[in-house]
Amino acid sequence: MSFKIKVNGSDHEVDVDGGTPLLWVLRDVLGMTGTKFGCGVALCGACTVHLDGRPIRSCITPIESVGNSAITTIEAIGETPAGAKVQKAWLDLEVVQCGYCQPGQIMSASALLASNPNPTDADIDAAMSGNICRCGTYPRIRAAIKQVSQSA
Amino acid sequence: MKIWTMPKRIDVDKDDKEERRKGLSRRTFLVTGAAAGGGLLLGVYLPRSIGAKAQTAAEAFAPNAFVRIKPDDTITLVMPQVEMGQGTYTSMSMLVAEELEVDLAKVGLEAAPPSDELYANPLLGFQVTGGSTSVMGFWEPLRRAGATARVMLIQAAASQWNVDPASCKAEKGEVISPVGDRLTYGALVDAAAKLPVPDKVALKDPKDFTLIGTPAKRLDTPEKVNGKAKFGIDAMIPGMKFATVAACPVFGGKLKSVDDSKTMAIKGVHQVVKIEDAVAVVGDNMWAAKQGLGALNIEWDDGPNANVTTASIVEQMARASQNEGVVARSDGDFAKAIPGAAKKIDAVYEMPFLAHAAMEPMNCTVHVTKDSCDIWVGIQVVSRAQATAAQVTGLSPEKVQVHNHLLGGGFGRRLDVDGITQAVAIAKQVDGPVKIVWSREEDIQHDVYRPYYYDRFTAGFDAQDQLVAYHHRVTASSILARWAPPAFVNGLDEDAVNGAAKEFPYGIPNILVDYVRDEPPGLTTGWWRGVGPTHNIFVVESFIDELAAATKKDPVEFRRSLLGKRPRVVGVLNLAAEKAGWGTSLPDGVGRGVSVQFAMGSYLSQVAEVEVSKEGEVKVRRVVCAVDCGQIINPDTIVAQIEGGIIFGISAALWGEVTLKGGRVEQHNFNDYRVLRINEAPAIEVHLVKNSEAPGGIGEPGTIGIAPAMANAIFAITGKRIRKLPIKDQLRPA
Repeated sequence: MSFKIKVNGSDHEVDVDGGTPLLWVLRDVLGMTGTKFGCGVALCGACTVHLDGRPIRSCITPIESVGNSAITTIEAIGETPAGAKVQKAWLDLEVVQCGYCQPGQIMSASALLASNPNPTDADIDAAMSGNICRCGTYPRIRAAIKQVSQSA
Repeated sequence: MKIWTMPKRIDVDKDDKEERRKGLSRRTFLVTGAAAGGGLLLGVYLPRSIGAKAQTAAEAFAPNAFVRIKPDDTITLVMPQVEMGQGTYTSMSMLVAEELEVDLAKVGLEAAPPSDELYANPLLGFQVTGGSTSVMGFWEPLRRAGATARVMLIQAAASQWNVDPASCKAEKGEVISPVGDRLTYGALVDAAAKLPVPDKVALKDPKDFTLIGTPAKRLDTPEKVNGKAKFGIDAMIPGMKFATVAACPVFGGKLKSVDDSKTMAIKGVHQVVKIEDAVAVVGDNMWAAKQGLGALNIEWDDGPNANVTTASIVEQMARASQNEGVVARSDGDFAKAIPGAAKKIDAVYEMPFLAHAAMEPMNCTVHVTKDSCDIWVGIQVVSRAQATAAQVTGLSPEKVQVHNHLLGGGFGRRLDVDGITQAVAIAKQVDGPVKIVWSREEDIQHDVYRPYYYDRFTAGFDAQDQLVAYHHRVTASSILARWAPPAFVNGLDEDAVNGAAKEFPYGIPNILVDYVRDEPPGLTTGWWRGVGPTHNIFVVESFIDELAAATKKDPVEFRRSLLGKRPRVVGVLNLAAEKAGWGTSLPDGVGRGVSVQFAMGSYLSQVAEVEVSKEGEVKVRRVVCAVDCGQIINPDTIVAQIEGGIIFGISAALWGEVTLKGGRVEQHNFNDYRVLRINEAPAIEVHLVKNSEAPGGIGEPGTIGIAPAMANAIFAITGKRIRKLPIKDQLRPA
């Protein structure tokens, strides 16, 4: 089946089975590899993208459910005010190690800060605990989110 | 410090000479270098035709296998080590930039092509990134590579100016004459390339370092925050297809038959590929392949391991541990001393099989043709990747190109090439390039697992409560015997006792440490972050804590009393205890535990502050870690590695466990192979000791000492000794 989707402001038409998760459409069909595969069942958050600004796990989001919603991925999150600040804080505080989970972390953090510019520790836990990092960058992720919120 | 040595040890100095002797010109070097891709664009597939053009057009000054300078002033470090988050791209570059006298930002990186001759890890003898050896191994060779280039550039400039080279200096990519004339390195490329490479060059005095030891921004991170960084799984090759795989769920089993009638009817499925012990489905995308795999009706021949369980493995190990082992350390005479002990303490410790669960699932992209094989992957052992592909395809190694990428976590998993072997076997049957990606479940159920360890201890005190005799017997599989057979000598696996034998820091008159090799059926064991010491420091530091408790001594004071001859160990112990507020009061249900370690050339002490709830839930609230790793290269990276290493270790201590039933791994995904999340992560404070001792490793040490610090804290709170990991629900009220 053919689906029209809007990714980072551009329209794309893709011909895949309707049940195909958005993750694989982005990665394998459109070649946008910034969004990562980690678990396939919404346990790790590596595949997080925004659907109309909301963070979703693209590995369990069938393409047929996306409709006209605007999809934003890591490749374009820097064009949003919150995304740009998050990326800068991530580099300022050297959050990143292997970096594989970081697109998902940055997407979750950007969504959090766009909707809640001054998150508490509990807010950070709630928004970020779905994103696993095996390198253990959590202390710096928390610090970077706080840096963005303090600069707001 | 040497972790282990392969027989074919490469001396880099000798290697340089050897290279010249063989007439391996810098042009040959460029050919191999260009094939790996340019700059930091490691994931970009550079077709050979473009690479070939670059080779013939370029003239470069390449006095050794690492440094290349072009007339346009581009400076490239051909990077022998792979980046998996540990910051080695930056620290290795700092070593070269310091001696070459260039800004760090001027150093471009290129992944080294497969070559044990040119890019062997000096400590391990072949091309490998592991064991926290990068800085230890390349500390001298890479500085010398930079210094050699600097000396030759100065010589070239001095000749042009007709002045004494000693009157010139190098600074920020230029040579400056005594009267202030300047020539850029690029302008000196031709002249320098004609000079003989000096055998010996003087390295900078550490007090003159301007870069080493200062915080440097990581070179690999900007592209990791905007989606541009390319990991192996991100390779996109024109015309490629996508595949996913199911290997026999019982290790050692075979594929018996496959009914693919439903699979081939699925939209986007192209092909079902059968190999001896696995089946793969190839499709237009991963989802089509995954749907196709799920629709197969597969019959396995489970083979000889169909009845293996964790219990059967541990039973076998417990029996084996009754035997005398190969002696790894013997001080005094334990057998003579123990019968006279006034007080004897015995204990048995166990540690589970562990998966790695790196965030980037196992994957490999392969294109096999009749006379070539290209591999896109992130791997810690580049030359072994080439070798296995050559073996599977029957091609000669030089026909195999390895395009190495960033690694989405290594932790030891990518020191084995089983995934590449399998991928090439599949790709041989596929027309065109194919990306093979394992599901998370496949990744966890077909890992190369951290060994199960079974440890027996006996200690004896005299009538004055002085510790006089100590015996530790390690029973485990031998990773070295499988992975580096020449390093497995006289039945002793140095890794299995690493941290327990010669590194054991405590002064006791009679010490015996021995090793019993026992190979579990039904799975393969391999490297895991912290390797041998992650196991040994847990059991040793827990047992030492038991001995402190048995004599009613404070755990820090007891350790100090046995560490008289080890000032650096005592130094970190004192620092961690002081910064953690050791001895100050804590709320009910909260306690502190301590560990000390010497591993990978670095000294660490950790104090964990742990909370145990009434329901038996364990939470690590705060960790204080003191680190003496000798000469510091990039201080912030050290802190980051310790923070991350501690968190990696907490996951394993609390929940990490792979179990077998019916020969099958029982865990699947992050639901039942649980790892720490941000809401569970403690506050971590890292304190660095500054000195100019030789640099130690730092990628793994943080992981090593956290589990014993946690277990010792749990004892302080509850009086319950954790002798078996994971902690899981051991503290839940009955």
